[in-house]
Amino acid sequence: MTVAAFTFYAFAVTTITGGLMTVLSRNPVHSVLWLILAFLSSAGLFVLLGAEFVAMLLIIVYVGAVAVLFLFVVMMLDVDFASLKAEMTKYMPLGLLIGVIILMQLALAFGVWGYDEAAQARVAAPTGDFPNTGALGLLLYDKYILLFQLAGLILLVAMIGAIVLTLRHRIDIKRQNIVAQMMRDPAKAMELKDVKPGQGL
Amino acid sequence: MVEFFTTTNLGIVLMVLGQCLLVLIPLLVALAFLMYADRKVWAAVQMRKGPNVVGVFGLLQSFADFIKYIVKEVVVPAGADKGVFFLAPMISFVMAVIAWAVIPFNEGWVLSDINVAILYVFAISSLEVYGVIMGGWASNSKYPFLGSLRSAAQMISYEVSIGLIIIGVIISTGSMNFGAIVAAQDTGYGILGWYWLPHFPMLFLFFISALAETNRPPFDLPEAESELVAGYQVEYSSTPFLLFMIGELMAVVLMCALVSLMFLGGWLSPIPGLPDGVLWMILKMGLCFFMFAMVKAITPRYRYDQLMRLGWKVFLPMSLAWVVLVSFLAKFEILGGFWARYAIGA
Repeated sequence: MTVAAFTFYAFAVTTITGGLMTVLSRNPVHSVLWLILAFLSSAGLFVLLGAEFVAMLLIIVYVGAVAVLFLFVVMMLDVDFASLKAEMTKYMPLGLLIGVIILMQLALAFGVWGYDEAAQARVAAPTGDFPNTGALGLLLYDKYILLFQLAGLILLVAMIGAIVLTLRHRIDIKRQNIVAQMMRDPAKAMELKDVKPGQGL
Repeated sequence: MVEFFTTTNLGIVLMVLGQCLLVLIPLLVALAFLMYADRKVWAAVQMRKGPNVVGVFGLLQSFADFIKYIVKEVVVPAGADKGVFFLAPMISFVMAVIAWAVIPFNEGWVLSDINVAILYVFAISSLEVYGVIMGGWASNSKYPFLGSLRSAAQMISYEVSIGLIIIGVIISTGSMNFGAIVAAQDTGYGILGWYWLPHFPMLFLFFISALAETNRPPFDLPEAESELVAGYQVEYSSTPFLLFMIGELMAVVLMCALVSLMFLGGWLSPIPGLPDGVLWMILKMGLCFFMFAMVKAITPRYRYDQLMRLGWKVFLPMSLAWVVLVSFLAKFEILGGFWARYAIGA
């Protein structure tokens, strides 16, 4: 077994274990931690595929930002998850049924799936020696610049919407006036002493 | 013999392990003396003597501390989540160590010469927050939890501006590889060719953000002893505490290495004609660390709202504007490609 194959199996097993434990662990904080492990090992799989930029992005965006927020929320929630989990057995058969159906659909879809020749030709070729960061950049910022900007615009609108929905000005709290604090004259606020070494004040 | 190390699986694994140790062991030893230097600088500013008992001038103080830490008893608070409690310091330590895999100390002296090196370091440093959050939560205690929440918010806030500053450097270089970044600063004018000049304001923004990102004073709010006892570290003792401490200090040294590589020309010599080499790199890192130590000694701690305001309302707009400006300057090759090193082929 080559080193690459070994690392592939190691990452694959960790990803699946992480995913399973995310669902199965009793403590929600542990669930999020297992989820992070699954993210990390799938980033490892991306590296093995030669998509190092996507792997790093996965870590930075999902593990570094999104999962931290998950963790924040889950840590501060005061929900009795044990009682929620207790109901899991009730819905287990239904869940299993859905799982089996999706699995069969996937098997049917990919078992008989064939690509049209024309579609096959449009699949992007591997970039070869050209670093895939540059290749992605050319695609996003040159070829699909309009779509990219549109996507950005949609996100911006969503962001503004979220801010507007949650913005409220409370007048009953004391606020720090930063500008006034910065404009204070140091000479009036403190006294500087020139201290000789070894003597102290 | 050479064939064994370059062709067989076992040979390659042994080789990589050996290289890792070659980076790790000098790093850990250097860390012991940096910790001593940190304390000495701090003491000198406050007109104290600092550690001066163990060894000549107290040079072996860190090693004595090390032994003291590992022989002490490990205390686990009642009700702590044991697994996560011990995982947290390990994550903190491991994340600080693995970032060094892509840091070059000289031309080609790097464990893993990957294309996305700078992104890798950024990703790893964004993971360091987990050690803090997990430690704070698993301790099952008020102070650590509050400290860890503070720390998480702080680290995420300053990561944003660090990322934007890094983008400026990447735009100038056209590559995310540290070797390429340093090579782009080699213009033949020595110190004047380094990125600190074209990216002048960003050097300071990066330095200050690095202070906040590594929880160093004046931004050490997660462990502000007057408010939170010691933040997320309150319940830790013995070796787990030592791991936290080493992890934190190593993150500081990593930031020093980043400043040296991105703004101070890495291993390039400041005077044209003098040979480049690893000594310059170490010297620059030492200089940065001295600055870190001085800042710790001479600045008072920020208030939490001031810290957040500085991160989101001052640094973020500035670094974002700088990215736009640098893109413009690089695209149109203003000043003969001063900001577009990929274009002039330096």
